[in-house]
Amino acid sequence: MSLEPGAAVTGQPAGGAGVTAQPTVTGQPPPAGTGLAVAEPAVSCAGVTYRFGDHVAVNLVDLTIQPGETFGLLGPNGAGKTTTIRMLVTLLKPMAGRISVFGANTATQPMRVRRMIGYVPQLLSADGSLTGRENVELFARLFDVPRGGRAQRVEEALAAMGLTEPAGRLVKTYSGGMVRRLELAQALVNAPRLLVLDEPTVGLDPIARSDVWEHITRLRERAGMTVLMTTHHMEEADLYCDRVSLMHSGRVQATDSPANLKALLGPVASLDDVFRHFTGGTLDGDTAKGGIRDVRRARRTARRLG
Amino acid sequence: MTSVAPGAPPAVSADQGWAPGSGRVGLRQLLSRMLTLCWVELRKLRHDRTELYTRAIQPALWLLIFGETFTRIHAIQTPNGIPYLAYLAPGILAQSALFVAIFYGIQIIWERDAGVLAKLMVTPTPRSALITGKAFAAGLRSLVQGVVIVVLAAILGVAMTGNPLKLLAAACVVVLGSAFFSCLSMSIAGVALSRDRLMGIGQAITMPLFFSSNALYPTRLMPGWLQAISKVNPLSYEVDALRGLLIGVPTNLGLDVSVLVAAAVAGVVVASALLPRLAK
Repeated sequence: MSLEPGAAVTGQPAGGAGVTAQPTVTGQPPPAGTGLAVAEPAVSCAGVTYRFGDHVAVNLVDLTIQPGETFGLLGPNGAGKTTTIRMLVTLLKPMAGRISVFGANTATQPMRVRRMIGYVPQLLSADGSLTGRENVELFARLFDVPRGGRAQRVEEALAAMGLTEPAGRLVKTYSGGMVRRLELAQALVNAPRLLVLDEPTVGLDPIARSDVWEHITRLRERAGMTVLMTTHHMEEADLYCDRVSLMHSGRVQATDSPANLKALLGPVASLDDVFRHFTGGTLDGDTAKGGIRDVRRARRTARRLG
Repeated sequence: MTSVAPGAPPAVSADQGWAPGSGRVGLRQLLSRMLTLCWVELRKLRHDRTELYTRAIQPALWLLIFGETFTRIHAIQTPNGIPYLAYLAPGILAQSALFVAIFYGIQIIWERDAGVLAKLMVTPTPRSALITGKAFAAGLRSLVQGVVIVVLAAILGVAMTGNPLKLLAAACVVVLGSAFFSCLSMSIAGVALSRDRLMGIGQAITMPLFFSSNALYPTRLMPGWLQAISKVNPLSYEVDALRGLLIGVPTNLGLDVSVLVAAAVAGVVVASALLPRLAK
């Protein structure tokens, strides 16, 4: 089966119990690419579960992300977004279920998966005691970018993020937005097929946030890569995601395009309203239920940003 | 339900550098990661040499105060009647390397807290290669520190070998010893999971490791129970090898190096097994 770009796409059903909507989705076509072939999903999660002791952090999650999509994983603190991401990038092994990235199983083929992804964690994680260029070169070396083309690849990644000029400075002199862009450059240096962004704009001021998104959008338009991100910012998800999944208490409550999800609640509904509808609360409503670590992380990041 | 691509599969150059079936730790990959992480250490040292200078103070005091004083009072009988300062210098060199390496786990916990470790673990680097790379990076940092000690000892009149092969072998011994102690530190980090706990444990074991070795005095002067501990303390073998190579004291170099290699390999295995605990 194949479709013209922009035609209706069968959406993923929301997974697990408590599913209140299983909409058939009209996914927005990703801007990149024009091919019509049926492709292997970029990400496929089936019955994925993870526990921390007695606490079930991720509970029977099913997700499919298509190549070229920008997909948002939304939910309050403690919803299971970051744990899902950490399983997807091979940091944790699912306790049940299966995750594959472009057909490679994250549990049994972690090296294959790692070569296909670029990962930007929630925290600002560039090394402040190295220069921007050295930070990117480190990852070029760890991804076995051949020595002959390494310097060029590093410069290209820095240029794509607008960091050529300050690349020789120590990263501890960078602003928060610059560090985020540097992390994107690090994630891009191996030309990944899937870019995984865990709260890419957490702790950034509005100008730095829009700057980071501008770079992500430009990059995606140019390279056509698949983007998976988690975010707390509903307006960002609304603006930049082709489809989103709403997670709550470790389960996927609904998956669809932002437009379709909003349409479920009425013509003037916002994605915030949709979020409240599916999670039954506010963004921070679940903090006490296992999100303390997330809050600490966000605060630590905010502190590092000054 | 049929999943359909909503657009073209991206024609990105994602497969560049792709190495199917590259999940095993090959020697080439191991060497590549070691070189990369050593390169990072060197870059950091180049940008900030403060630690190099501050860490030189304590060994300098050991050599200047403890070494000079005990040389004058002739309280410790040394093999072949060599001056105590010359006997002590390799011990202080090993101690200095131990102090650098034993707190290396703090760096890995900092990297965990800052998200750096997660990013490193998402690169196509097997855990064991990551640990080996970090262990040898710690060895390199210790080696740079060691050069300062050797120069200082030479200034104080200690006659060390000028044989480049022996100096190279001594450098390898320092790196091996530091690799083991940094793996011990990273293993403790994998259990303790916090900087405060690791600092406490590190401080609790550093001095016992130092005093139960032959760094300050010959093993034969120790009480029996301490001799037994000294025999299972890898620091003793490191000091022994350094004395043999640098000041020509008769030693069993083959045994010393074998113990250090075995300890380093065991350290890498244990630290690699505990590393995923830091990723949770």
